Amino acid sequence: MTTQEWKFTAKEIAEKPDLFLAGHRACAGCGPATVLRLIMKATRGPTIVTEATGCMEVVSSIYPYTSWAVPWLHTAFETAASNASGIEAALKIMRKKRRISQEHVDVIAFAGDGGTFDIGFQALSGAVERGHDFLFVLYDNEAYMNTGIQRSGGTPHGAATTTSPAGTVIPGKLEYKKPIADIMVAHGMPYVATASPYYWKDLMTKARKGLEVEGPAFLHVFAPCPRGWRSNPTKSIEYSKLAVESCIFPVWESVNGHCKLSTPSRLVALAPQKKKPVADYLKGQGRFRHLFKPKSKQLLEEIQHITDERWKCLLKKCGESKTSV
Amino acid sequence: MQKTVKQKMMALAGDQAVAYAVKQSDVDVVAAYPITPQTIIVEKFSEYVANGEVETEFVCVESEHSAMTASLAASVTGARTFTATASAGLALMHEMLFVTSGCRAPVVMAIANRALSAPLNIHGDHSDSMAQRDSGWIQLYAENAQEAYDSIIQAFRIGENLNVLLPVMVGLDGFTLSHTLENVEVLPDETVKEFVGVRKFPDVLTHNGKTAPFRLDPANPMTMGPIALQNYYFEFKRQQEEAMEHAVNVIQQVNSEYAKISGRSYGNGLIENYRLEDAEVAAVCLGSTAGTMKTVVDGLRQNGVKAGLLRLRTFRPLPVEEIRSAVANVKALAVMDKCISFGGNGGPVFNAFRHLLYEEANHPHIVNYIYGLGGRDTSPSDLRSIYETLQELLQTGHVEKPIRYLGLRS
Repeated sequence: MTTQEWKFTAKEIAEKPDLFLAGHRACAGCGPATVLRLIMKATRGPTIVTEATGCMEVVSSIYPYTSWAVPWLHTAFETAASNASGIEAALKIMRKKRRISQEHVDVIAFAGDGGTFDIGFQALSGAVERGHDFLFVLYDNEAYMNTGIQRSGGTPHGAATTTSPAGTVIPGKLEYKKPIADIMVAHGMPYVATASPYYWKDLMTKARKGLEVEGPAFLHVFAPCPRGWRSNPTKSIEYSKLAVESCIFPVWESVNGHCKLSTPSRLVALAPQKKKPVADYLKGQGRFRHLFKPKSKQLLEEIQHITDERWKCLLKKCGESKTSV
Repeated sequence: MQKTVKQKMMALAGDQAVAYAVKQSDVDVVAAYPITPQTIIVEKFSEYVANGEVETEFVCVESEHSAMTASLAASVTGARTFTATASAGLALMHEMLFVTSGCRAPVVMAIANRALSAPLNIHGDHSDSMAQRDSGWIQLYAENAQEAYDSIIQAFRIGENLNVLLPVMVGLDGFTLSHTLENVEVLPDETVKEFVGVRKFPDVLTHNGKTAPFRLDPANPMTMGPIALQNYYFEFKRQQEEAMEHAVNVIQQVNSEYAKISGRSYGNGLIENYRLEDAEVAAVCLGSTAGTMKTVVDGLRQNGVKAGLLRLRTFRPLPVEEIRSAVANVKALAVMDKCISFGGNGGPVFNAFRHLLYEEANHPHIVNYIYGLGGRDTSPSDLRSIYETLQELLQTGHVEKPIRYLGLRS
């Protein structure tokens, strides 16, 4: 079944059995758990999943229980992509030698921001360079949440974490979020996309495209974490909408290097007056609380400025620069 | 006795002999990264791939960490998997070695044994693999290129044995063996293919209540490498130790089965005793040093010295009972370590021997020789001096300095 045939209607999704099963121990309001469930609903056939050490791995595989209705492998923190490399290589040769029955098996690697931006980056870059046929999903909750909210290369500028606390001298993380999806595009890989779970259909379609493309695919998914963000667990999906509307986390895709805004962000591009201020997204999250103190005014403005600059840059890349600013 | 098969003589360096054995062993996946003195293995194997001589998926990874990870992942997917490394490469794999044995993935790995930095040194010693002593891997050490070839083939049978299911590393001394041309007798392709067979899997209970082969298979979903906490982790580890205990027998069986087809065996597969039956003074060593040592022993015997040698082929699992009975009549024993265990009161092999002899009523005097670090040459006269010291020791009856350094600049 191709992407075009698969409509991802609510009815069809509801009827399709879950592959990431209930009973896992994720926190209330966990963004990544929703992301994984939706992506697993978007799979097309026999699938093997591998995960980096991290939140989703520990909540879903506490022996002797499992939330996985598909074959699943975890080995270490930095190894999601090298696991996928080994699995894919094994499947390829075993199929050739007729030692497995399936004609094709999809391979998905899930990793958090730590396992992607930081410790897992080398293995990811290597696996993509080698061209293994797999989908790498980054569920980005913007810090090392499993170990207790430490900053990562994916933590945004200004966010307070336990290793970048908002102190009297230093106002949270000073560095900027690594543009990981752009870096993956620069690898010359066939498919890269960003997605956010509020736009569930967009997310699922992109996951499916990533599986269908031959060769490596990379999906960067925004995944709110109420525990780490010090946010209301009932607001996770709302934040995943605000992040797109404020252009903090625009959604787009790159097919063979051709970059295109996805509908939710394209709508913002077409109606710039609807673009929300970043403050709308930041307020209410405890990790950004300090930004709303009078002395942080400049930092808040800086975040708005950087967001605007990155948005302009993206519009240009997507051929939308004339549409709006 | 079964007649051995007709074999071909080839001039091969140790690394080439390893690559040739891998070529013949119906290996599905090789994931490797180059490092001196292992490079010839991956280079030679790449040629086999490029020339279509093997049905193997070769994954030329970006680091040894990924080499071990991809090997492990391929292995649990069901592939027969091989990799090779040395020194810093093995050190970089360290984390994943434990995961591989913990996942019960029978990956086979050749180690062209080499010193660890700093200072940087590319030559042979056992620091690299000894540092991985407790990683849950079976460790075999080859005396020559012939044994490296034979051991790789055997390693697949040992590791994949359903009562074992552990990864196996085969050590060959860097440069001394890896880069030195020897005459190596190789078995016909079909003989090796038959000997290693097609990989089998144990049936295990899946979480949908069925039993299915232990591998990642969409037809029978299994969760591998889960998190296991205080209530289960310990049992997993104890099972690995049981597998090591089983390996003691399996290594011996495979050694004798292999002898039937090839005519070659290495002691009982665990230890090789050389003129040890009536020896009063004996040495223990691993790897290529044994070749020189055997010549030294022969010379001493001609002079009436009751000298012997125990070559430890299998360091993990440590063949405790076999060693105890082999040295039962030895009066003075020198244990050689091509490795230093800083602050450890002797090298790893020495400490293993001293502890296993502790409960023996008439245990021999025992001394440790640290030697050959960073490829420092060890001459026959150096080795002869060990036996001279042991003989003196028999006269005086006590050991003044139990930890000694051989060939060290004073």
